[in-house]
Amino acid sequence: MPAPTDRRYIQTHEWHKPDAGQIVIGLSKFAVDELTDITYIDLVKTEGPIKAGEVFGEIESVKATSEMYCGVDGVISSINTEVIENPAIINQDPYERGWLIKVRPSDPAQLEMLMSAADYDREIAASR
Amino acid sequence: MTQATESHQQLRTPFYGYHTEHGAKMVDFAGWEMPILYRSIHAEHKLVRTGAGLFDVSHMGRLKFTGRDARRLLERTLTRRVSDMQEGACRYSMVCNDAGGVLDDVIVYRFDGHWLLVVNASNREKILSHLHGQAEGLSVNIEDQTFSTAMVAIQGPGVMEQIGRFSSEVPALKRYRFCEKNLLMMQAVISRTGYTGEDGVEVILPAKMAAQAVNLLVRESQGEGGESAIQPAGLGARDTLRMEAGMPLYGHELDETTDPLSAGLGFALSLDKDEQDRGEPFVGQAALKKIAVEGSTRKLVGLELDGRRTARQGMAVFKGDGEVGVVTSACLSPTLGVPIAMAYVASGCGEVGDAVEIAVGAKRLGAKVVKLPFYKRGE
Repeated sequence: MPAPTDRRYIQTHEWHKPDAGQIVIGLSKFAVDELTDITYIDLVKTEGPIKAGEVFGEIESVKATSEMYCGVDGVISSINTEVIENPAIINQDPYERGWLIKVRPSDPAQLEMLMSAADYDREIAASR
Repeated sequence: MTQATESHQQLRTPFYGYHTEHGAKMVDFAGWEMPILYRSIHAEHKLVRTGAGLFDVSHMGRLKFTGRDARRLLERTLTRRVSDMQEGACRYSMVCNDAGGVLDDVIVYRFDGHWLLVVNASNREKILSHLHGQAEGLSVNIEDQTFSTAMVAIQGPGVMEQIGRFSSEVPALKRYRFCEKNLLMMQAVISRTGYTGEDGVEVILPAKMAAQAVNLLVRESQGEGGESAIQPAGLGARDTLRMEAGMPLYGHELDETTDPLSAGLGFALSLDKDEQDRGEPFVGQAALKKIAVEGSTRKLVGLELDGRRTARQGMAVFKGDGEVGVVTSACLSPTLGVPIAMAYVASGCGEVGDAVEIAVGAKRLGAKVVKLPFYKRGE
């Protein structure tokens, strides 16, 4: 399934979607499928400033534990408490209900620097 | 999220087509391309605890022993006595090195006139060469049937009802007994064994028609709604199922530096083999006898963790400030809903109820020692 084109991506598989002046961040379906059943989410940064390349949380699955990275500079404005309660939502719906954090970007143009859906799809095809 | 992938030439079982048709996510396991899951590890786990799941375990090694000294070779290399086994019986045993370290954990089958050993995929070549080495001077033929046969495990409380449609003999089998049946004009070996903590069978059949036979079985299990009572389950669920059942996995709880006594597998040792009439000791017996007398320095325990985080193999276990052990396997138990782990801890540090901590990076997770297994069917 191709990655949705209404958002941008970083190499570590986090999608970044513009939404009313904010950027919603989650994990791509490819990443979620690689992780298998997700059992635990730890959002280490729940508020305050964050920089591109910084870790905002850890995700655990039956298979592995991984860190999750933010692709833009800004301030975390909200987190998805629903997925913390029920991490399986990320497996079921990684692109909508399974979002993780929202960031108010300090420079909205920074988003355009991230990978397009087509580039991201090429990236994961090449990694297989 | 970061990850690494690599691809190389992998072995495929006769069920490869079946896996891809059922949407399996395939992974490398001991050089074999195997299904880790079809839809969800947790859903497949629950299927086996409540209904019937079908696992492809064809990657496991199947070694046939014939010849006058077949029994003698097995007595020499298996830690558990086999001479008293009746035809139609199977038995869980270890293969050890001279130091008593585990080379593999295996199941041995006694047939009329030959023996069969089912070994771990990751250890097949090592065990073959070990057995050939030990067979020197003996009249025994070892045939590796791993590629000419296939093997499936059908596990869960609903399995016997489904198998009962084909055979009245199989549901009457006792645990660790097997029979030979004709399925689609071919001989299948069906044993009442498994690695999930549930009732069920493991079936060995010729590779050629294995996929058709399994398709037939699954189709025949369809209820009125058209949904099959038997659904495929992957190696991911097999791992969480065996963990809940407190069963060791080679490479985790067992390896060449671990003895069976520390692993709580003393029941799989016959330390008096040499005292039998014309008996001889098995490889590792002297070392294991010494450990049995002196006591193990560490033991395998079950841990239940506070919170929701899963520990991982290799994480250190602490009691107060002292490092007392290491985690060997862990998961969020799908049945119990809590994180569980198995760990080796220093003897005396792992009594049931003891509080310990597991180091996750710089953090410590609270845990308590609990009885193994975590899950027992019918409780």
